Amino acid sequence: MLLRPNPSSGVPIYLQLMEQVKHSIETGALRPGDQLPAIRPLAEELVVNPNTVAKAYRELEHEGVIELRHGAGAFVASSTRAIPADAMRAARGIVAGAIDKLRQRGISDEEIRRMVEAQLAGLTGTGAHRG
Amino acid sequence: MADPLVIECAGLSKHYGSTRALDGLDLQVPRGSIFGFLGRNGAGKTTTIKILLGMVHPTGGRVHVFDLPAAEREASVAIRRRCGFVSEEKDLYNGMTVGEIVAFTASFYPRWRADLQERYLRSFELSADANVKTLSRGTRTKLALLLAFCRGAELLILDEPTSGLDPAVAEEVLQLLVSHVAREETTIFLSSHHLAEIDQIADRIGIVHRGRMILSGVLDDLRQDFRRVQAVFDGDAPGAGFATPGVVRVRRKGRTVDVTAHGHVDDVVAEARALGAVAVDVSAVPLKEMFLELVAMED
Repeated sequence: MLLRPNPSSGVPIYLQLMEQVKHSIETGALRPGDQLPAIRPLAEELVVNPNTVAKAYRELEHEGVIELRHGAGAFVASSTRAIPADAMRAARGIVAGAIDKLRQRGISDEEIRRMVEAQLAGLTGTGAHRG
Repeated sequence: MADPLVIECAGLSKHYGSTRALDGLDLQVPRGSIFGFLGRNGAGKTTTIKILLGMVHPTGGRVHVFDLPAAEREASVAIRRRCGFVSEEKDLYNGMTVGEIVAFTASFYPRWRADLQERYLRSFELSADANVKTLSRGTRTKLALLLAFCRGAELLILDEPTSGLDPAVAEEVLQLLVSHVAREETTIFLSSHHLAEIDQIADRIGIVHRGRMILSGVLDDLRQDFRRVQAVFDGDAPGAGFATPGVVRVRRKGRTVDVTAHGHVDDVVAEARALGAVAVDVSAVPLKEMFLELVAMED
């Protein structure tokens, strides 16, 4: 698992960490039962505040993505699963199709990227994203 | 966030003649945090630090460190015993060797951490025989931090700890601060002009401007609550509106209105739509922009 938050992006660091852990699970880099690094060494390695890492882990536990076992550390929950390879392939096809259609309508790549990112981040003006 | 407060100031003021260095400053620093204290030169940062350390007497208001009144002489001595302070100049005795300054400093502190001393001397590759005045700026900084860490201080007050350091050494210093907070029961109160460093390691910030705290809180919460809303109109942008709560700054240019808001973003978006905006974009606001917007707004 490779975590690498970008502190100056303006996106809360704990949310970035949560997204990156979830991404690792979806791609299969992390599997159910795998152990995550402990809070202290991870904070030291990433040079981010330990309280921020602790918050990311608490929220991931709250969402059922990881399990915190007292004294033993953090583990990927057994209920999680990677997205199957064929589903990933299908998803890429959907994205490619959507991009094609948008380009045909004269929408620039930069504009498409902004729209996708805004939609994902919940920055669509319909409500503040709360992770 | 029920962590007890290590530093608590309310309505703190310091006047020098007719100059108000501090003008009703409020400050809360919970235990275990890395608090980034931000402000322009002359905003009141150094005065605040001097008051916390009992080096300057406030004109008015309340200042408590470890629940002790820092403005009172006896309490202030007790506070300083539990605090480590590293000034921007990294004042060290130039005539001594590294070994001598470590032994000299250790003799004042019964809770001296010999284990940390050994660990840091080794990891900084500091030779006990080296004369302090021959050390590079980066090594001086690390030595000053070592002296503060080994005292077993519950609160470290660091004034511009990375100023004048090359980026690689500055990163090492940040790493050191994070790992110290992760391993020991310490709170770090850190003033800096390097917003990128604060962005990276602080979990809380306070922005002081003209002697007042104009923004403070958990940094990730602020990242979540600050938004830039850009509204594009078909004709000229409306000249009025966007005076709702939370709006920090409004810029109008041609067909667009740029609104920076702290919370209440939905209201701003709704207003833009009600005024007939054809496109409304919402984006994140990095710390650097929060700082510049707020400090500029107050000018």
